[in-house]
Amino acid sequence: MADRALTGLKVIEWASFIAGPYCGKLLADLGAEVIKVERPDGDESRQRGPFPDHVPHPEKSGLFLYLNANKLGVTLNPDTDTGKNILQDMIKTADILIEDHLPSEIEQLGLDYARLREINPGLIMVSITAFGQTGPYKDYKGYAINASALGGQSVCAGERGREPLTPPLCLGHYQSGTAGATAAMAALFGRDLTGHGQHVDISEAQVWATLHTGNQESSFIMHGMKRIRWGHRTPGVYPYTILPCKDGFISMIAIQGYQWKRFLELLGEGSVPEWYANEPRYQDRRELSLKYADEMDSLLAPWLMSHTKKEIYDLCLEKRIPFAPVRNMEEVVNDEHLKVREYFVEYDHPAAGRLKYPGAPGKFTETPWSIEVPAPLLGQHNEDIYCGRLGYAKQELAELRIGGVI
Amino acid sequence: MNPEKPLPLQGIRVINFGWVFAGPYLATMLGDLGAEVIKMETRSRIDSMRLSPDNLDRDPDRDPWFHSGVRNQLSVTLDMEKPEAIPIIKDLIKKADIVVENFAPRVMRQHGLGYDSLKEINPGIIMISLPATGHYGPLRDAQTYGPSLTGLAGVDGMVGYHGERVLGLQQAYADVNSALHGAFSVLAALWYRKRTGKGQFMDMAQLEAVIGIAGEAVMEYVINSNVLGTLGNRYPAMCPHNNYPCQDDDKWVSIGVKTEEEWASLCQAMGKPELSRDPRFGDKFLRMKNVVELDNLITGWTMGYTYYEAAEILQQHGVAAAPCLDTEGRFFDPHLQERRTYLEVEHPITGVDFVANSAWALSENPTEIRLRSPILGEHNSYVFKEILGMSDEDIARLEEAKVIY
Repeated sequence: MADRALTGLKVIEWASFIAGPYCGKLLADLGAEVIKVERPDGDESRQRGPFPDHVPHPEKSGLFLYLNANKLGVTLNPDTDTGKNILQDMIKTADILIEDHLPSEIEQLGLDYARLREINPGLIMVSITAFGQTGPYKDYKGYAINASALGGQSVCAGERGREPLTPPLCLGHYQSGTAGATAAMAALFGRDLTGHGQHVDISEAQVWATLHTGNQESSFIMHGMKRIRWGHRTPGVYPYTILPCKDGFISMIAIQGYQWKRFLELLGEGSVPEWYANEPRYQDRRELSLKYADEMDSLLAPWLMSHTKKEIYDLCLEKRIPFAPVRNMEEVVNDEHLKVREYFVEYDHPAAGRLKYPGAPGKFTETPWSIEVPAPLLGQHNEDIYCGRLGYAKQELAELRIGGVI
Repeated sequence: MNPEKPLPLQGIRVINFGWVFAGPYLATMLGDLGAEVIKMETRSRIDSMRLSPDNLDRDPDRDPWFHSGVRNQLSVTLDMEKPEAIPIIKDLIKKADIVVENFAPRVMRQHGLGYDSLKEINPGIIMISLPATGHYGPLRDAQTYGPSLTGLAGVDGMVGYHGERVLGLQQAYADVNSALHGAFSVLAALWYRKRTGKGQFMDMAQLEAVIGIAGEAVMEYVINSNVLGTLGNRYPAMCPHNNYPCQDDDKWVSIGVKTEEEWASLCQAMGKPELSRDPRFGDKFLRMKNVVELDNLITGWTMGYTYYEAAEILQQHGVAAAPCLDTEGRFFDPHLQERRTYLEVEHPITGVDFVANSAWALSENPTEIRLRSPILGEHNSYVFKEILGMSDEDIARLEEAKVIY
C-alpha cells in the first residue's frame, strides 16, 4: 500500500455517534489504522439513519456509513473484566485513544488517563465530551444542544424574543471531533520531543466558546458589547442579510462599498436607482443597518421576488457581487463546480450497496485523502483483531461472544 | 520557554499571508502550539480583522477581534504589490516550514508565490490555501464571504424556526471550520514530511470542508432524496430537544432527552411523574407528534426558575441541560472560568485584554499567550535583521520606498 500521510499510526476509537467517530474518520481517511470499538449492540449512529426507504437496519445507516469508512470494527463490552482486559491490551500498543465517556464513568471503569499512561506512557488519550475533563460541570450530561448553549453559540442564531437556535444536526460534534484530531496530531509532535504522551481534553462547549465565538469576549471587555440574535440579518453594515427571492433565499453580504454599488447598479440597470441615490438616510451603511434595514428589505423585495436564485447568482457572478444562493442538499449534491472537483465520492458497502458520500475536506498533492474500505459490519474484524493480534483461539471467540464480552 | 515541557511545534516556522480570517485563525492555532508564526501585513491594504465592526476606535492596533484571534504571532509589514518585496518574501520562505494563505486563488501565483515557485526554492515547504470554493472549478473566482458559504454549502437553509423562513447562522462558520480542518491537515502533512522529507500543497476549499460537517443532511438526500428545510431546534433522535424560557429577560435553558429513562427523569424533575405515563407522550414518536403541547408544558415549569437553577435541578435528575449563556454570562460562568476559557493578557495599547483560549486543553502543554496580539509591523526588525540579516541601510531604503510598509 502506498505511503500515506498518517501511515503507521495506530488509533483506538472507543467512542460513539458523531464527535469521536468524526475525529477517528479524519485520521483514518489520511491513512491511520483506526480500530473502532463498539458495544455489542453497536454504535449509536447505527440506529440513527437515514435508512433506505426509512427502514431501520444497523448496517444501512447513512450517518454510520459516512463516519466510519476506512476503520476496522470490533465489538466489546468493557463493563466485563475480560472486555476491560482486552481493551487495555489494545491500548498498550496504540498511539492514540479516542473516547467520549464522562470522566466519572471512565474512572469507575479504571480506564482513566492516569492508569492508562502506566500501561502505555506514550499514549495520547483524546477525551471528547460536552463540558470537558475539569470544572464543576465535567460530569454533567450534555448533548450537542447543551454544549452550544453553554458555549454561547445558541444565543447567536434566531430571532429576538424567541428561543435561541442550536446549530442544526449536531454540527458542534464535528467541530469537537476536528479539534480532537488537531490536538492529537500536536501531541504526537510533543511526544517526539519528550518521549511521553498526554491527555487531550476536548470540551465541545469550549470549542464554541473559544474558536467560534471567543472574539466576542474581548469586545465585551473592551466596549461592553454583547452579541445577540437579530433574525435574518447582522447589524453593523447593510447588507449582511438573507432575503427571499422568487424560489428561495439569497445570502447578501457586501462589506465593501463598491460591492454594494455594483448590486445597486444591477437593480437600476446601469446606475444606482434614484430612490437610493437621493435618500440621505441610506448613505451611511452602518446607520442603514441599524435604523432602516426593514425599510431597505422591502425596497429590494420587488426585484428579488421577480428573480430566481439561479438568475440572481449568475448576475452576481458576472458583476462580481459576493452574494450567494441559500442552497438545499439536492442543489449541493448536483452542483457542477463540485462535480468538476470530484468532491463527492461513491463506494460500495456489502449491506447498503453503492452510495455517494461527502469527500475530502482538502486536496493534498502528495498524500491524497481517500476511502480504501467501507464502514465495518458490526464485529467484522473481531477475529482479525482478537485472534490474529491478541492471540485468542477461534474457540475462545465463541465463548467471548456467549459470555457477553464481545 | 520551559525546557522540561517543550511546545509541540517548537522550531517550526510559519509564514502567514492569511487575512480576514480563516488563514489567521489557522496560524494562531499553530502559534498556540509553539510554532513561530510571522504574519505578513501591509498598511496599504490593511487586514480588515484589524478594523472589524467591533473596533469602535477605528485604530488597527485596538481591534478586540484581532486581539483575540491573532496572538502568538509576529507582525511584519511588507507590501506585496511592490516588486522589491517578493525576493524578501522568498528569502523568508526559504527559511520556513509552512505557508498559509487564503487570498483569491490567483493572487499568490500572480506575485510569483504559487506553490510551484515556492517548492523550487524550498522543496520541503508545506503550503495550504483556504480559498472560498477551491483552486479550480467553475466557481473558482466567485467572490464570497464566510456567512454566504454556509448558504452555498446547504447548511444555512436548515437554520430557522421549524417550517418557517431561513435565518441562517449569521456567522462566518465556514472560516472557522476550514481553519480548524486546515490546522489538522497542516499537521498531518508535517507528520508525513518528518518521515519522508517531502512537502506538499493543500487546496482546502472552505465550501467543501463545510459540506463534510453536514454529512447527515447529505445522506438524507443521497439515500432518500429527502431535502431538509428549516429544522428549528428539532433533532429526530431526541424529544424534547429545545431551549426553554426561564426567569429574567432573554434567559433560556437547553434540554435534550434521548432515552425513555431520561424522559421519566425529566417528568420527575418537573414534579410531574405522572406525565411519563401520559398517553400523549408515551414514546418519542408521540412526543414528536405532540411537541408543541410538550414544549408548552416544559415551559410552564422552566419559567419558575432561573436558567442556572433549572439546569442544576435537571442535571441532578440525570437530564442533559445547560443554560444558554451570552457573552456576559460566559465571562462569569464558574465552569468556563475554572477551565481558563478566557485568558487575561496585558497589551501596551489597550491595557488588559481577555482573549479566547485554544479549542483544546493539553495536559502537558496548556495554552499560554507567549506573544500578545502584535502591533502592526512590531517585529520588522527581528525578521529583517535577525532572520534575514538585512542591513539598517537596506531597511531604511525599503521603508522610504514603502516596500516595508
